[in-house]
Amino acid sequence: MWKTRITALVLLLVGFSVAFFVYKTEPNLKDSRLSTSWVSKVLPFNEKPFKLGLDLSGGSHLVYKADTSALSGQNIKDSMDSLRDIIERRVNLFGVSEPVVQIEQGGIGAGGEQKLIVDLPGITDVEKAVAMIGQTPLLEFRIKDTGPQNATVLADGSVSLNVDENFIPTELTGRFLDRATLEFDQTTMQPKVSLKFNKEGTDLFAKMTGENVGKIIAIYLDGAPISTPVVNEAITTGEAVISGNFKAEEAKLLVGRLNSGALPVPITLISTQTIGPSLGEKAVDDGVKAALIGFLIVALFLILWYRLPGLIAVISLMIYAGIMLSLFKLVPVVLTAAGLAGFIISIGIAVDANVLIFERVKEELKNGRTISDAVSAGFSRAWFSIRDSNISSFITAVILFWFGTSLIKGFALTLGMGVLVSMLSAITLTQIFLKSINFFKDNKFTRFLFSSGLSK
Amino acid sequence: MFIIKYKKIFIGISIGLVILSLISLFTFGLKIGIDFKGGALTEVYYSGEIPDQISVVASVKEAGLGEALIQPTGENGFIVKTKDLSEPERVLLFSALNLGDKYTGEVKNFSSIGPSVGKELAKKAIVAIILVSLAIILFIAFAFRHVSKPVSSWRYGLIAIVSLLHDVIIPVGIFSLLSHFKGAEVDTLFVVAILTVLGLSVSDTIVVFDRIRENIRNRFSANFGETVGRSLTQSYQRSINTSLTVILVLLSLYFFGPSSTKYFALMMTAGMFFGTYSSIFLASPLLVLTEEWQTKSSRKR
Repeated sequence: MWKTRITALVLLLVGFSVAFFVYKTEPNLKDSRLSTSWVSKVLPFNEKPFKLGLDLSGGSHLVYKADTSALSGQNIKDSMDSLRDIIERRVNLFGVSEPVVQIEQGGIGAGGEQKLIVDLPGITDVEKAVAMIGQTPLLEFRIKDTGPQNATVLADGSVSLNVDENFIPTELTGRFLDRATLEFDQTTMQPKVSLKFNKEGTDLFAKMTGENVGKIIAIYLDGAPISTPVVNEAITTGEAVISGNFKAEEAKLLVGRLNSGALPVPITLISTQTIGPSLGEKAVDDGVKAALIGFLIVALFLILWYRLPGLIAVISLMIYAGIMLSLFKLVPVVLTAAGLAGFIISIGIAVDANVLIFERVKEELKNGRTISDAVSAGFSRAWFSIRDSNISSFITAVILFWFGTSLIKGFALTLGMGVLVSMLSAITLTQIFLKSINFFKDNKFTRFLFSSGLSK
Repeated sequence: MFIIKYKKIFIGISIGLVILSLISLFTFGLKIGIDFKGGALTEVYYSGEIPDQISVVASVKEAGLGEALIQPTGENGFIVKTKDLSEPERVLLFSALNLGDKYTGEVKNFSSIGPSVGKELAKKAIVAIILVSLAIILFIAFAFRHVSKPVSSWRYGLIAIVSLLHDVIIPVGIFSLLSHFKGAEVDTLFVVAILTVLGLSVSDTIVVFDRIRENIRNRFSANFGETVGRSLTQSYQRSINTSLTVILVLLSLYFFGPSSTKYFALMMTAGMFFGTYSSIFLASPLLVLTEEWQTKSSRKR
């Protein structure tokens, strides 16, 4: 008996700390008193806000179709992977927080169409978003216009250049680049960027360097010179090194940009979705309101109809909600309006098991059992009904998750998690709590507490 | 049990509702949303002066983007529905909505879905519906795998499926009314609502049927109708209560929740309601009815 009570107490405490975790890690709700108290010093709470989907946080969702008709088999996969990497790098360069770039392979009936999906949270200006993705950094190799050179070679071998000098573009651009890699000079440990041209680029580069021995070739990125090496001899290997005064970070960025110079496959924008932040904010507010009111109504119903067990079910339900919310944060689950709906519905479903149990308990009481016998029998007898009624919902959730656009996935995930977690919480938590308060004598009053509905 | 006594009336009500739903579905049809059809939806809100609808319509028409449907939304906005827009077309529409810089409109929500994307999603939705239906039929077969007398187990399964169809057809019928009068459109959430209703309402029916078989095993009464009636008396309260809690949260979602999930909540509420109705007032009476037919025909032999 005491063992059950201690377990119940421990579970209550766990439930409380779960709720505290949810509350404490929410940046907007953070109470200044709490965050300065000893608790935050003892427990390392990193801020862990809910992850909101684009429809709630505002942002852009772009779908591109990749034209892979010229490719086949493994090549398609490879170029899609590199396409994703390129777009990802481009997006990252603009400092979007947590962008999602993913490939979606055309499934059933889509004729193997390859799609690239780009989610940009916080970017609500479609124009900007589209430009960001579409922008190809332009890498050019320019040669000096004929005339006197004003560049001076410094003592350490690097070159300083008068930018106003008139460099003229050549045929050689980033289009002919095979890849760029970040390297470190063996002796000076200076970061440098090495370039490898493709076959055509190699020829062009050889010709260009051959004609400009002793002169400067300027490497321009988006119309600005980034490096101005002097050609020592004709280079026929198709390899070049840009060794400016890079910081490692800069060099890395440059490599990223150079590699994203050209897309491996042409892409076209086929779908755009942009949600303004104010609409998203309202949706969050409404969703939270609906969840709270829904919870309160269900709690009221449980307490009025099922009395003492109902009250206990409400406590289990609160712990259930706490567990779900912290799972949303920890997994993390991207919450969309549909996901919120799934969670709200799961509050209703979570009570299912308890209702099944309490109705059984009531029957057992009618059959003349004592309260504690009735509770035990009610739990064991209701189990099969609970299992059956949850299996079908769970199957549906799994299939919906597979069906999934991000919208549906959010719903399926919260609903499916809800079904699983609620089975656990409704059965174990309620049972332990009910057993632990089972010290009542069997009399009229306690029987009243355990009855339900309109009966006395 | 009055439900068994007046079973023909209750079955009649269900048949009537299903027929009405089907009539509504075939006369009004369902409007397919841009999720499945492709197209663009633009929500624009004006700060300061708000242009009247006629001039917005004219301005958008002038932009030459094909057919455009423009409806007011909220106090200071419009929803514009057009074909799917390419990037230059989008720019054209946005500037048309400002009516030559006379008004300052802010586009708060824009989606343009290419027809191929919509088509693929529609295919996926159909596959999902088929998969969920198959999974549920298998689940029903599994739940009723033990042969029981006097009604053979496949009949339980068949009746469960019939009542599932009932639970889905009526909300779809209601949606066709909404579609016709309120402009509700079939979108992904609509499909999700239907599938979730399938999952939730089948369990209700199974719970009632479980009870019936338990009472048959316990040899409660030699009369099948009485056994079913007794089972209903024992289980209708929990059937109603388990659905009621879900309906309560759904109503809360409908009245207070985000606007994007309003029709979804309504559809699911209807589905839950008729799902519960069918498990009590349709499935069990049908079971008794088939048993009576069975006995009659065996007597004739």
